[in-house]
Amino acid sequence: MAIDIQMPALSPTMEEGTLSKWLVKEGDTVASGDILAEIETDKATMEVESIDEGVVGKIVVAAGTDNVKVGAVILQLLEDGESADDLGKPAAAPVTAAEEAPKTETPAAGSGGPVTAVVPNDPSIPTNIKMVETTVRDALRDAMAEEMRRDDKVFVMGEEVAEYQGAYNVTRGLLDEFGARRVIDTPITEHGFAGIGAGAAMGGLRPIVEFMTWNFAMQAIDHIINSAAKTLYMSGGQMRCPIVFRGPNGAASRVGAQHSHDYSSWYANVPGLKVVAPYDSADAKGLLKAAIRDPNPIVFLEHELLYGETFDVPDMDDFLIPIGKAKVRVEGTDVTLVAHSRMVGRCLEAAEILAGEGISAEVIDLRTLRPLDTDTVIESVKKTNRIVCAEEGWGQSGIGAEIAARVVAEAFDYLDAPPERVFQADVPLPYAANLEALSLPGTEDVVEAAMRALYVR
Amino acid sequence: MAKKPAKTSAPKTNKEEMLGFYRDMLLIRRFEEKAGQLYGMGQIAGFCHLYIGQEAVVTGCRAAMIDGDQMITGYRDHAHMLACGMESRGIMAELTGREGGYSRGKGGSMHMFSTEKHFYGGHGIVGAQVSLGAGLGFANKYLDNGSVSLAFFGDGASNQGQVYESFNMAKLWDLPVVFIIENNQYAMGTSVERSSAETELYKRGISFEIEGIQVDGMNVLEVRDAAAKAIKHARDGKGPMVLEMKTYRYRGHSMSDPAKYRSRDEVTKTRSERDPIDWVRTMLLEKKWADEAELKAIDKEIKEIVKDAADFSLESPEPHPDELWTDVLLPVEG
Repeated sequence: MAIDIQMPALSPTMEEGTLSKWLVKEGDTVASGDILAEIETDKATMEVESIDEGVVGKIVVAAGTDNVKVGAVILQLLEDGESADDLGKPAAAPVTAAEEAPKTETPAAGSGGPVTAVVPNDPSIPTNIKMVETTVRDALRDAMAEEMRRDDKVFVMGEEVAEYQGAYNVTRGLLDEFGARRVIDTPITEHGFAGIGAGAAMGGLRPIVEFMTWNFAMQAIDHIINSAAKTLYMSGGQMRCPIVFRGPNGAASRVGAQHSHDYSSWYANVPGLKVVAPYDSADAKGLLKAAIRDPNPIVFLEHELLYGETFDVPDMDDFLIPIGKAKVRVEGTDVTLVAHSRMVGRCLEAAEILAGEGISAEVIDLRTLRPLDTDTVIESVKKTNRIVCAEEGWGQSGIGAEIAARVVAEAFDYLDAPPERVFQADVPLPYAANLEALSLPGTEDVVEAAMRALYVR
Repeated sequence: MAKKPAKTSAPKTNKEEMLGFYRDMLLIRRFEEKAGQLYGMGQIAGFCHLYIGQEAVVTGCRAAMIDGDQMITGYRDHAHMLACGMESRGIMAELTGREGGYSRGKGGSMHMFSTEKHFYGGHGIVGAQVSLGAGLGFANKYLDNGSVSLAFFGDGASNQGQVYESFNMAKLWDLPVVFIIENNQYAMGTSVERSSAETELYKRGISFEIEGIQVDGMNVLEVRDAAAKAIKHARDGKGPMVLEMKTYRYRGHSMSDPAKYRSRDEVTKTRSERDPIDWVRTMLLEKKWADEAELKAIDKEIKEIVKDAADFSLESPEPHPDELWTDVLLPVEG
């Protein structure tokens, strides 16, 4: 039988890619190590090498094909002595193992028939403005590029931000436009460059310090907190440190415990910092621009699994979203779902499922974790009388714990049920696909928690 | 690369400069003695690290700086502020935690700043000022403003990892920064010999191609000349140098020092044989640039300044309770 060559995964999060170019044609003899094709993901262009020897029997996926799923057969290779007659039907792409383990049965019917969700307008986005579909990754990039054009004191430093174009391609193209003075590759030395960044901010610049992931920023946390966050206060208001520390936070996909930590509650605990954690592209862009202009140190928590997702961004010259304001993404009357970053998406899905059960859920995207917009949450709870707080991190001392405490303190008499929380299992994140899926909170967990709050379960 | 200084002819100086050094160093010493006294009276609390014995280091370095050059240091910082020209009243009032302090009482001994005098703190985490100081150098280079930053740290800090991360980047990018190791021989109670595999700290930059010089940190003229060389090197775009200032602190690490790690004789011997102020005083008298009466007049004048600072620091009120909530975040403009 011919050897089926499959579309490879080139990163932990890649699900599909573009087969941009074949470097072999049918009838060519290939050896192990020969380059067969070029594949483009949303992050980078990479070459596919053969690990087998043989003759190219059939090119299954033509050059220029987009959205080729990982695992799909792209080429069939004939082994020694085989002919075109040996080409069978390509095997089907395997199903990825990381599907979410079902944790609950389909929810039972709620109070009535299906409800219709109401999506309110964002006051930061003018009506009748043209929207452009943009990935979160490009929205972040555009925000940095726009602010760098606006202010020469803004620069980006971090590991692989320049020539490599960003480990996750977020700084793509910045080196070309702004040059090596303003887009600076650092050695792998987080503690050192976080300190140099903070010192540069004290010296009058506006650094954007990229951490390849926030996991590595534990090496640098002393400068983020002790040098950046506390100095204004300790100096009686003299010493400014306008700096943005940014990068992907939380679990990616199958990268193990040391690369999957959600630091939301760590930084949200610290006065002197502002902590931002956007969900969609518009917020990513508007909030990052606001962060770069802010005179205070900002911790900007992105999510690797959102980088490739596409959302509308308003086509405006100077689109800013104020830091410190939550956003009601869906209006509802029966239960409030509160989340930030990627869990907003899970809550939106949960709201749809709940709507099908006749339950009207309000979804609040916190967007900023410090200062925390408690007013928006309290207003919602006064209407719905029930709340579910969802986050990807651990529960103890988490964002949900804080919100639950504030709701109990400020809206106790409005509550018809104890606040519910959804969070990661209280273990270091495991690698195995099934265990990882069991650890991380998903849509069903949010639905289930809402049902508990409504005493449906 | 790194080298001990060759013994050449005595550094050049003059009456005016030496009298200035005498005055500056004496102010530091008297100020620190007063701080120690106020600590003993319970007027200064928490941590208080005195600079007595090390006066020649910061005084000599300051003499080699020009306006716009920045200073940043660790927690033994009172002398650096005085050297930068910050008011002794504001420093002492910060030590007593009063409204009239440089940080309005919210920083304390270890955390004072003056953007006006180009003093960038005052940092309590051992070694942090080295990365921050390299960052100031980064800003100088980025802004092309011709300034050089001087980052002071101790022999203890010189074993911190971020020091070497910063050395690497400072040389990689030829940042205008000078790394000044104030080797007073003890990191709290641990001697250099008990903490450091390489005790010749001026060699610590060798693997980063950073030139190092070992300097007699008790001799203000040698300090001045070494600092001038390193600052010029940095200002000329050649990157950082490491200066190891061999010095000694007479007092404990902080006020609560058991003094069990060194002998009283060692302290007394250094004090009687290598005291940096006595050295200047002797030269002034030998060269007949001043007589006893003139020096006594200076002593009296310094005492007055320090007494005034102490009085101010005790008269200044505690910060208003509203100050608790100010300076956490700056308002967003526009």
